[in-house]
Amino acid sequence: MINKDIVIIGGGPAGLAAAIGAYEAGNKNIVILERDNLLGGILNQCIHNGFGLHTFKEELTGPEYSARYVKKIKDLNIETKLETMVIDISNELIVSAISENEGMVQYQAKAVILTMGCRERPRGALSIPGYRPSGIFSAGTAQRFVNIEGYMPGKSVVILGSGDIGLIMARRMTLEGADVKMVVEIMPYSGGLKRNIVQCLDDFSIPLKLSHTVTKIHGSTRVSGVTIAKVDDLRNPIKGTEEYVECDTLLLSVGLIPENELSRKVGVIINPKTQGPIVSESLETSIKGIFAAGNVLHVHDLVDHVSSEAYLAGKNAVKYINGLLEELKMIDILASDGVRYTVPSTLNVNNVEDLTQIRFRSSDVYKDAYVSVYFDEERILHSKKRILTPGEMETVTILKKWLIERPNLKTITVKIEKE
Amino acid sequence: MYDVLIIGAGVIGASVARAISKYDLKVIVVDKHSDVCEGTSKANSGIVHSGYDAKPGTLKAKFNLIGNKMMGEFCQRYRVPFRRNGSLVLAFDVNEIPKLEALKTQGTLNGVEGLEVLSKEQVLAMEPNLSSQVAAALYAPTGGIVDPFELTISQAEVANQNGVEFQFNSLVSSIVKQTSHFQVFVNDTMIESKTVINCAGVFSDEINNQLSAHKLKITPRKGEYCLFDKEVGHFVDRTIFQLPTAYGKGVLVTPTAENNLLIGPTAYDIDDKYDNSTTAEGIKEVLSKASQSVKSIPTSFIITAFSGLRATETSGDFIIGEAKDVEGFYNAAGIESPGLTAAPAIGDYLADLVTKKLNAKMKTSYIDGRADLVRFEPLSVADKSKLIESNHEFGKIICRCEMVTLAEIKDAIHRPVGATTIDGVKRRTRAGAGRCQGGFCGPKVLEILSKELHKDPREIAKFDQQAILLVGFDKENL
Ligand SMILES: Cc1cc2nc3c(=O)[nH]c(=O)nc-3n(C[C@H](O)[C@H](O)[C@H](O)COP(=O)(O)OP(=O)(O)OC[C@H]3O[C@@H](n4cnc5c(N)ncnc54)[C@H](O)[C@@H]3O)c2cc1C
Ligand SMILES: Cc1cc2nc3c(=O)[nH]c(=O)nc-3n(C[C@H](O)[C@H](O)[C@H](O)COP(=O)(O)OP(=O)(O)OC[C@H]3O[C@@H](n4cnc5c(N)ncnc54)[C@H](O)[C@@H]3O)c2cc1C
Repeated sequence: MINKDIVIIGGGPAGLAAAIGAYEAGNKNIVILERDNLLGGILNQCIHNGFGLHTFKEELTGPEYSARYVKKIKDLNIETKLETMVIDISNELIVSAISENEGMVQYQAKAVILTMGCRERPRGALSIPGYRPSGIFSAGTAQRFVNIEGYMPGKSVVILGSGDIGLIMARRMTLEGADVKMVVEIMPYSGGLKRNIVQCLDDFSIPLKLSHTVTKIHGSTRVSGVTIAKVDDLRNPIKGTEEYVECDTLLLSVGLIPENELSRKVGVIINPKTQGPIVSESLETSIKGIFAAGNVLHVHDLVDHVSSEAYLAGKNAVKYINGLLEELKMIDILASDGVRYTVPSTLNVNNVEDLTQIRFRSSDVYKDAYVSVYFDEERILHSKKRILTPGEMETVTILKKWLIERPNLKTITVKIEKE
Repeated sequence: MYDVLIIGAGVIGASVARAISKYDLKVIVVDKHSDVCEGTSKANSGIVHSGYDAKPGTLKAKFNLIGNKMMGEFCQRYRVPFRRNGSLVLAFDVNEIPKLEALKTQGTLNGVEGLEVLSKEQVLAMEPNLSSQVAAALYAPTGGIVDPFELTISQAEVANQNGVEFQFNSLVSSIVKQTSHFQVFVNDTMIESKTVINCAGVFSDEINNQLSAHKLKITPRKGEYCLFDKEVGHFVDRTIFQLPTAYGKGVLVTPTAENNLLIGPTAYDIDDKYDNSTTAEGIKEVLSKASQSVKSIPTSFIITAFSGLRATETSGDFIIGEAKDVEGFYNAAGIESPGLTAAPAIGDYLADLVTKKLNAKMKTSYIDGRADLVRFEPLSVADKSKLIESNHEFGKIICRCEMVTLAEIKDAIHRPVGATTIDGVKRRTRAGAGRCQGGFCGPKVLEILSKELHKDPREIAKFDQQAILLVGFDKENL
């Protein structure tokens, strides 16, 4: 058994930033455990531009963005263990990991930070009828084949789901020589960032079929085509609108699910909306000493937010170890009226420095609506948004002084209002 | 010249091959697919039926009972996941209780032990997630669940290790009877064999009809399923049936031997023996019928849907034995449910007939069991640790959902009748069978297969040769 103050599970952007946060808060007894053979997480396969606009004020590729953090980790001499997969966390914060070279390794931690990222939803989660041939890939799997292995998973492609990975793969597959027929999206709006729709679809004249879905997969060995259909308001296919599209590949970009097997196993309470842990303002989960940040907590669209969130988690883990974190969760944070969820979901004023941020997503598209924050019955924030969509994460900032002025505050509610 | 040629490497072909491999004979199994267990044997309920619903006196009843009795010891010997979890047939109306009683009487006549009609309270105490509409149930403690893949693969392995050859990607197009042997045309070649055993599943009528004047007719009857994440694998502990109808045993809700939750199947006669697609209507029907049996189906945990074809023969019973008008030609045709349950027993029975006919002697070198088989996931931390020390490739997890290691995947590839495809690895190790359905490990398994089999990655297929995954290099088409 090895003693470590802070054990970080996952060496993606979240894990790296969490380590730096902890280090800069004064604790150097840290280890990052990463199951892959390199640090950087999903960024390693994101070779497109568009990372780090907020943090570095320049456009980097995924590997470039993570390289900056990896360099810092090296400079600070923070210990990292590659090809080491965590298989268990116990209630006493014993983290068990296995690796080819060292076998089973166990760490007794004082604090654990969960930064395991997320995984893609498979076809079964949608139950698309038809055959089960080869040629159906999740977009991230295809991205890995193309960007890392150098192989094409198909020649003529239909993409189901207009999340960012789907959009980015539409462009990538086109650039690599495939014929991308269309992107099919069941919702009346895209789940991806606006800039990706412009840069990945519009610029290549790839049609985006909103309010459509794939209703059947054809081909008993390799995909030979798909049937698509328009859907009604309840997302049921409308009879008579079916259309056959010939293709040899169907890429699925139908959502990401935070990877919380380990968290569930140790008993961390999961928010069914985000599929990530319920956390406090300090990003502490329902279990004392276990923190979470990045895509394992809730799916992010911008890596900059992942990094800043995780940095905070690292810092708070040190506070916790030093006995400076108050455990009492005094204020509940609620999502209502068009707000699908909030992170965090509880708040303790004494743990807030100058300000705290609440991140959320809307559950639908709203035009010219207001994001409002209520402190109990009192509306304290009311800001107009030209557009709110589930594809883009929103943030509201709460100042500590507002909280101090209201010592009896019980509930903070985030809402979307017409006026 | 072979002594025995077996057509079909499903659970029946594998069972016959295993049983015959005890004898000193030259035996070959041919299958048109690229692996064992690519037909109906890979897409069924995996239930070891207790045997109450087969008509007394039929071959179905006979082999079901023998198969059920032998399954426990058999699965232990061949390392096949099996659990005698018991089954319940539900009645939703007190007026249906006589039907349960009738099933019980029929079962008892067939020799099924321990059948009991339970009251609503008793049933709900056993299975709290059942619908409160339940009025009573027939309890069959001898019912069980088995891993159909392993039941097939294990027997193929035993057969192969005892000298039986397996030849895949080999479609039998025609068979000609000569005076004392058969000429079997496979792809573009001819294989000669003294006897032929027809275990061709839904195609067994076509094979039979080439040789025998006693024509068979098999209508494929499709059954569709939804499979759920292990997270809800204990939604029910027993196999939950509804009262059987003319089309079969109805929609069931059951844990699988690998602790997933399974619901289905539908039952529709179709024309196309190649059609194993799922349909929107089928999945809807499965969900709606199952929701009569249980409280609320955890639909958000569905990980995949699939369908299988029952080989329903017009006579309604199994056709097992030597064709009356073709000496040396044996059928195991029309083996629909409870075919999986009956398979080991059918294998023993046919092997007995064929080896007597050929006057075969037992081998002295027969090895009754499989080479060591290690599963990493269920072990304790200490045992896992020891295992990695003995072979560090157990320290490399390839499939994170089912926690399958590099060592296990390499073993699956190099075992007798080893895996050559992504699905082959999945059925042998469960890599890719979990909640992400191979999204994460797929590329890794492909790489391992290509390395271990010295094949170009572009030749590695999901299942059959045509089901390749990678079509070329980046920018090749520009
Ligand atoms: C295709 C795609 C395109 C994107 N495009 C952009 C973009 O243009 N701009 C932008 O700003 N953002 C983009 N993002 C978002 C951003 O990259 C992600 O939000 C970010 O990478 C998430 O970081 P993470 O550290 O939380 O997760 P990940 O990057 O997924 O890292 C998690 C790490 O944990 C490891 N791990 C998991 N479980 C274990 C375990 N049990 N033991 C050990 N290690 C474990 C994993 O191997 C992985 O390395 C994109 C994301 C994707 C997927
Ligand atoms: C929906 C459903 C549910 C079921 N549930 C249960 C259950 O719960 N319990 C139970 O006991 N039984 C069940 N069964 C029945 C059981 O699955 C079958 O009886 C059993 O799998 C049949 O095995 P087989 O080897 O005869 O057929 P298959 O597995 O179909 O094997 C036949 C093989 O022959 C090969 N073949 C065919 N023609 C040729 C040719 N010309 N040349 C070369 N190869 C050829 C095929 O490729 C195939 O691999 C179920 C069946 C279905 C469809």
